[in-house]
Amino acid sequence: MNRQELVQRWIRDWQQGQLSRRELFRRATLLGLSSFALANLFAACARSQPTPTPASTEASPSVGAIPDYVDRSKLDKELNFYNWSEYIDPDILTEFQETYGVKVTMDTYASNEDLLAKLQGGATGYDVIVPSDYMVSIMINLGILEPLDYSVIKTIANIDPENLKPYYDPDNTYSVPYMWGTSGYSYDTSVLGEDLASWKEVFEPRPEARGKVVMLDDQREVIGAALMYLGYEINETSDDALAKAKQLLLAQKPYVLAYSSQNNDDLLVAGEALIAHIWTGDALMSEQEKPTLRYVIPTEGCTVWQDNLCVPKTAPHKYTAMVFIDFLNRPDVAGRNANYIMYGSPNKAAREQGYIDQEVLNNPGVYPPPEVWKRLQWIKDVGEEGALKLDRLWTEVKTG
Amino acid sequence: MSSLATAQPATTVRKKRRFSFGWAVLNLNVLLTFIFLYAPIIVMSIFSFNASRQMQVWMGFTLDWYARMIADERVRVAAQNSLVIALVSTLVATVIGTLTALALERTRFRVKRMYEAAMYLPIIVPEIVMAIALLVFFNLAFSWLDQFFGLRLNFGLGTITIAHIAFSFPFVAVVVRARLADFDRTLEQAAQDLGANEWQTFRHITLPLLMPGIIAGALLAFTLSIDDFVITFFTAGVGSTTLPLEIYGRVRRGITPDVNALSTVMLLASIVLVLGSLVFQRRRSF
Amino acid sequence: MSTVDRVRVQERSLGWHERANERIRQSERLRALLLAGPGGLWLLLFFLLPTAIVFAYSFAHRGPYGAVAWAFTLENYARLFDWLYIRVFLVSVWLALLTTLICLVIGYPFAFVIARSPRRWRNALLVLVLIPFWTNFLVRTYAIMLLLRADGLINNALQWLGLIDRPLSMLFTPFAVVLGLVYGYLPFMILPIYASIEKFDFTLVEAAQDLGANAWHVFWRILLPLTLPGVLAGSILVFIPSVGAFVTPDLLGGGKVVMIANLINQQFLTVRHWPFGSAISFVLMAIVLAATMLYFRIGETRRI
Repeated sequence: MNRQELVQRWIRDWQQGQLSRRELFRRATLLGLSSFALANLFAACARSQPTPTPASTEASPSVGAIPDYVDRSKLDKELNFYNWSEYIDPDILTEFQETYGVKVTMDTYASNEDLLAKLQGGATGYDVIVPSDYMVSIMINLGILEPLDYSVIKTIANIDPENLKPYYDPDNTYSVPYMWGTSGYSYDTSVLGEDLASWKEVFEPRPEARGKVVMLDDQREVIGAALMYLGYEINETSDDALAKAKQLLLAQKPYVLAYSSQNNDDLLVAGEALIAHIWTGDALMSEQEKPTLRYVIPTEGCTVWQDNLCVPKTAPHKYTAMVFIDFLNRPDVAGRNANYIMYGSPNKAAREQGYIDQEVLNNPGVYPPPEVWKRLQWIKDVGEEGALKLDRLWTEVKTG
Repeated sequence: MSSLATAQPATTVRKKRRFSFGWAVLNLNVLLTFIFLYAPIIVMSIFSFNASRQMQVWMGFTLDWYARMIADERVRVAAQNSLVIALVSTLVATVIGTLTALALERTRFRVKRMYEAAMYLPIIVPEIVMAIALLVFFNLAFSWLDQFFGLRLNFGLGTITIAHIAFSFPFVAVVVRARLADFDRTLEQAAQDLGANEWQTFRHITLPLLMPGIIAGALLAFTLSIDDFVITFFTAGVGSTTLPLEIYGRVRRGITPDVNALSTVMLLASIVLVLGSLVFQRRRSF
Repeated sequence: MSTVDRVRVQERSLGWHERANERIRQSERLRALLLAGPGGLWLLLFFLLPTAIVFAYSFAHRGPYGAVAWAFTLENYARLFDWLYIRVFLVSVWLALLTTLICLVIGYPFAFVIARSPRRWRNALLVLVLIPFWTNFLVRTYAIMLLLRADGLINNALQWLGLIDRPLSMLFTPFAVVLGLVYGYLPFMILPIYASIEKFDFTLVEAAQDLGANAWHVFWRILLPLTLPGVLAGSILVFIPSVGAFVTPDLLGGGKVVMIANLINQQFLTVRHWPFGSAISFVLMAIVLAATMLYFRIGETRRI
C-alpha cells in the first residue's frame, strides 16, 4: 500500500471516529506530509463523498495560483512577519513562498506590550504585525500603522461581517481580523458536574474547587471578569465599582492556586486545577488532552478579543505585505490555519466551504451562537487615570 | 613541621579522624548539591521522551519530539545564533573584564571610586530597564549615524552581542578581582628583581596565577549570555532570534517537549565536551 | 668628598629622582588608561548613556498612550512613598537575603571541596556545576515546577515512602521562589569563592593545626577571613540579581509573590507608564548600591 492510500485509509478511519484528529495529524506528519498536502487529500476525500458544499461565491482562486489583481512586478523578494509564537501554520508560509516567490521570515513576540515597546522604541523592518484589538486602537492613536490597500486585499470579502467594523477600527482602515476568541473558563466536568455556567463558580468556588482555581495573569481580564460578575461593564473605572471588585478578588485569593496565563491549561490537564480562567485556544488544546474538560462562556458575559493583521508605517515591503494579508484570507488557507492554531477564525467563507474542522465548528465555546455574542464585551483602553487605578488595584490584589 | 607532627602521634591521629568526619560531611554536601542541580535537568530529559504534548503527565515513550526538533529550522537557527553570540561576547567580556579588574586592583587614578561604583551598575540595574535603555539608545545612535555619516546600521546579532558584553564583563571583573585581592605580590617582585620587565612578569607569573579566576569569570559570562532573554529581546532585529527568545515566545501556547529534546541534546553535547577536555588535560598539567 | 661636591651630587640625584618619578607617574597613568579604558568606554557608551536616558524618563510624565511625555515632575518618586510599594521592596530584599544566605551555606563548602580536589579535575567539576545552566532557563524552571507540584515527583516520592499523607503545597509559594532563586544563582556564589579559595595557601592551615587549632578555628579565624573577597563577591553576585528577579517569582510563585522587578515590568509593559517604571528602577538601584558600598566597607574593616 503506498503512502497516499495509507493516508486515505487513516482519513476514513478518522471520519468514522476510530482515529482522533490529533493522532491522524501525528501519523501524517511522521510520514512526512505537510498539512498542505494533507488538506488536499482531505479535499479529495470530501469530493469523493456525497457531502454538499455550498457554492463558493467569493474571490478564492484555485490553490497554487496568483490572482490577477496582484501586480507581480511590485512584489519583493522577502517579507518580515512579526507574529505571536505558534500563531500560524508554518506550511502556509512555505506555500506563500512557492506560489508568490516571496521568502517569509518570521520573528515572534509573546505579548502586545512587547510588540508595542519594540515599535515605540524604534525597531523597524517588520512588514506585517498581529496586534490585538486594544493594541490596534493604541497604535492608530500613535499613528504608527499604515492604511491597508484594499485593491489588493480583496479576500476581505471572506470575513464574517460580525468580525468586521470593530470599535477600534470602524472602517477596517488599518486592520484585518486574523483570529478571535473569548476568555471564559474551563472546568473538569467529571468532578464538578455538567452545569456550571456563572462566574460565581470561579469567584466563590465550591468546596471541592477551593485552592484549585487558576486565574489569568492579566490585569484587565481578571478585574474585568470580577466587574462583569458584579454586574458592571468590563471597562468600568468608577471608584465604587473598583472597590467592590477589589473586595471580591481579595476574598477569592485564598482559593486561587495561581495567576498564570501560560500554565493554566497544563494545570487543568494534570488535575491540579479544577477551574481555570482561560482563552479559547488553550481551552481547546486542553480539551483534546483531557476530554472531560469543558469551556464555558459565563452567563454574565466575558471578554471577546480579536487579533488583527496590520502593517506598520515603517514596513520596508508594503505592497508585498498587503498581498500576504490577502493570501492569508483565502478560505482554504484560513481554514487550514485555524485548524492548526485552534482559535476561532473570522473567515466565514472558510467555515462555509468546509475547510474548518467539524468538531471545532460545533464547539459553542469557539463559535458561539448569535445570542451569546451579546454577552461578549471588548476590553478597551481606559485612559491614563483609569489605567493607574486598575494598576493599583491589581498590585493590591496580588500583594494582598 | 612534619617532625612536629610525628612528635605527637596521638594528636595527629585524633585530628585525622575529626578531619575525615568533616570531609565526609563536605563530600555529602557536594553530592547533594549536584543532585539538587541536576534533578530538574534529569526530569527535563526524561520528559523529552514523553508521548504527550503536556509536560505534566507521562504517557509513554517516544522519539517524536527529537524528530520534530531536528526538523525545526527556527530552533536550529536560534541555537546557532545563541552559540555564536555567546562565544564572541564571552571572549570580549573576559578580556575587558580582566583588564578592568587589574585596573581596579593595581592602579590608582582620580575617578577610581566612581569607576568602581559604575562598574557594579550593570549587575544592579534591572534587566528590563537596561533593555529599554539600550533599545532607545541604539535607535538614537543609528539615526544619528545615518544623518551625519550616511551609515545605515540596524538591529541584529551585533547589537545583541554588544549588549551582552555590556552586562557580562562586570561579572568577570568581580570574579577576577576576588582573585587579585590578596594576591601574593612577592612572586612578581621576585621576577622583576630577576630582570623580567612588566610584560614578561605579567605573562609568565601574574596571568597563569590569575587563570583559574579568569576561567571562572569566562564560564560565568558564557552562562549569562546563552540564557539571556529580556535584554536580547529588545536589542534583537529582524531575523536575529536566539534560543531563549524562541522558547519564551512559545510559552504562550505551551512549551512542547521538543524544547526539552533540544535542551537534552545541548546537555549531552556539553558533557561530552567536558569529558573530552578532561582526557585532553591529562597530558597537560594545569 | 667635599661638601660642595656632595651637595652637587645630591642635586643631580634629586633631579634624576624627580624625572624618574615623573616617568613612573606617566607610565602609571598610561597603564591605568590601558587597563581601565576598554571597560570604561564600553560602560560609558553602552550602559551609562542609556541609563541616563532612562533616569531622565523618571522625571517625566506618562504619554497619552504610554511611553513618555517630557515635562519635569517628581510625582513618580512621590508615588513610591506608599506602604503598598514599600512592602514589595521589603519582601524582595528579604527573599534575596534568604537566597544569598542559603547559597553561601551550600556554596562555600562546595567551592572548598572543588578547590581542594586534584588539579586536573577542578575545571571539569566547575564546568559540571555550570552545565545545567547552559540549558534553557525556562525549561529548567518548568522542570522545577514539575518536581514541586502537588502531584509532582517529590510529593509522590514522599507519599510513597510514607513520610506524609497529604501532598505538601510547595509550588506557588515563597518557598518555591527562594528555591528557584537559589537554584538559579548558586554558581554565581560558587565561582568567586572557588577563585578565592583556590589560591589560598594551605600551609597556613597546617601551621595552625600544629599550634592546636581545631577545624572550626581554622575555618573561622584563618580560612574565612582570607577568602572574604570571594565571599563578598559571591554574595553581591547573588543578592543583586535575586532582588531584581521577575521570571522566577512569576512562574514559581504563581503570580502570588510580587517582587520589585514584577512591579517594574508591569509598569513598562502592561500599564505602559515608563516614567513610573523608571522611578521604581532607580530607587531599587539606589538601595542596592548603598547596600553594596556598605557591605564592602564592612568587608574592608574585617580583613586581617
